[in-house]
Amino acid sequence: MSQEHVVASAILTNESGMHARPSVKLTQLAKSFPAAIEVATDEAGPWVDAKSPVKLMRFRAPQGTRLWMRASGEGAQQALDEMMSLVSRNFDEAGPAPDGGGHG
Amino acid sequence: MAERLLVGVAASPGLVSGRLWRPESEAASQADPAASTGDDEAALHGAIASAGQALAALLGELDGDEAEVVGMQIAFLEDDELARPAFEAIAAGQPAGAAWAAAMDAEIAAYQASDDEYFRARAVDFQDIRDRVLAELSGGASGPLVVPDHAILLAAELRPSEFLSARWGAGAGLALAQGSPTSHVAMLARGRGLAMVVGLGPEVLDLHGEALLDGAEGTLVVAPEQGRLAAAGARIASEEAGRAQAAVYAARPALSRDGVRVAVQATIADPSDLDGLDPAHFDGIGLVRTELFLDRPERLTDEEGQLAAYARILAWAGGRPVTVRTLDAGGDKPIAGYTPAHEANPFLGMRGIRLSLRHPDVFRVQLRALARAAATGPLKVMLPMVTLPRELADARALLEAEIAALAAAGVAHGRPALGIMVEVPAVAITPERFDAEFFSIGSNDLVQYTCAVSREEAASAELGSVADPSVLALIARVAAHGRQVGREVSLCGDAGGDPALVPALLTAGLRSLSVQPGLAGAVKAVIAGLDLASTDEPSTPPS
Repeated sequence: MSQEHVVASAILTNESGMHARPSVKLTQLAKSFPAAIEVATDEAGPWVDAKSPVKLMRFRAPQGTRLWMRASGEGAQQALDEMMSLVSRNFDEAGPAPDGGGHG
Repeated sequence: MAERLLVGVAASPGLVSGRLWRPESEAASQADPAASTGDDEAALHGAIASAGQALAALLGELDGDEAEVVGMQIAFLEDDELARPAFEAIAAGQPAGAAWAAAMDAEIAAYQASDDEYFRARAVDFQDIRDRVLAELSGGASGPLVVPDHAILLAAELRPSEFLSARWGAGAGLALAQGSPTSHVAMLARGRGLAMVVGLGPEVLDLHGEALLDGAEGTLVVAPEQGRLAAAGARIASEEAGRAQAAVYAARPALSRDGVRVAVQATIADPSDLDGLDPAHFDGIGLVRTELFLDRPERLTDEEGQLAAYARILAWAGGRPVTVRTLDAGGDKPIAGYTPAHEANPFLGMRGIRLSLRHPDVFRVQLRALARAAATGPLKVMLPMVTLPRELADARALLEAEIAALAAAGVAHGRPALGIMVEVPAVAITPERFDAEFFSIGSNDLVQYTCAVSREEAASAELGSVADPSVLALIARVAAHGRQVGREVSLCGDAGGDPALVPALLTAGLRSLSVQPGLAGAVKAVIAGLDLASTDEPSTPPS
């Protein structure tokens, strides 16, 4: 990773943490960017490649973990923004209850 | 033989009366890792590729959650990191099978050691991947399980791909010695309606004979007594009859026993929810929840994308009415960059129309897309979380401005009917203040705001219900207002799909419900057993 990177962090709020589905969603999104993107559960590292679902799952990060991300290279800021947005949207998962009818 | 009760953990509801059944051989995990073949690196590469191809072929036959489980396995299998330790061991002289098994066992052990139930349950997914590749290394995967009718499958554990490739007989169930209700297999069993109990302990594997499996209670009764067997048989017959009846009623219009017509519409969250649904089974779409597909800032301002989604729904409906709710973000549905980040009480803060009116740039795009879609079919636009008459007037002014702009630009458009959700008691108590073209009761929020009960807290949830006389009185008030002024009143909360609550809703005067598509048959079956003509019926059925 070059020294020229952008960093951000967010709390994992989805019920089961960074489990299989979120890990795969994150890596699929990460692979869509040319930028190098890394993830950590501590600002001090260790940092792992955000394009490896096996590595992300190894964090076994439960709900409430602060997830750190950093990106460098082409389009780093946009890549980081979209990655953080996916986390803040709870990986687009439905709410805790099977959602029903209506409204909000 | 004396009856024996084993208590496990409920994983998927349903009752099975049948024979305990074990597959011939256990999973390939017991097979010896293949001995060295000479070119172990190429052998492992080939086995991983073949396993991936087999999973991709399986994926092609699946959709929804089932496809997602297999898709995740493919993603893990394609990650070089998974096999990296195995290739390192091969480079150090180990045979492919042993190297792969050892690398995967280390990965699996780390999951099994987790404190978190969810991550422990993922160990099975990695065992599944391990065994698929081992089977490829030893010359091809074994055939799929064929589970007989009314068989209760006994196994220590079941892998997701074993579950998905198995052929399940009618009335079959799963009884596992290990397992977890949060496993993918448990989720898959719930999706298929197969009863499943996990955590029954290793002794379950040595049992045989007749048994009763209760997936709701989490119990297995071996050699059940005659009385218990008869009671279970009656319950199974009654549940099957209920399902069969619902399937029959799903295809018919909803009519009460004394001939009162009730509109049963579908609630959807995404145009893809309509795949496989027959429009003739529904009286239109009562609610499209747009915030679930407009979940990213760039989609909020994508007019063409929204137009395509609305037009697709109208095309499916084939002339039946389609009600689209404008963006209902906020509360429990945040959208990054759109909803406020730190509200002390988001359910009483910036939600629904309140947010839309504060983001006219975003709101106008949706109104424009809706007006354009209205050129292709009978579209209705519904505003969420309306509290003040001014909010409806402001939204109408914005809609009119967009319609005028479209007309000036010569763009095809229509004039959708503009209605409101009734979820705030302020509206339900005095609906006559709101000049809406139709009303739709959002029962989940109406209960929350009337009974002061959070939807998010299980502990207090039981304090509030649509069946509460106060909520039913509000519903009756809105329904009476609708009849008086000749405007449709519908209901689009979860209560409309609950057979236990439908009689009270119709007695309160409602004649239109919007429900999850899968619940329409059960709701219509309930309606068919009711007499409604005496309950202050409207002179004409609502459309």
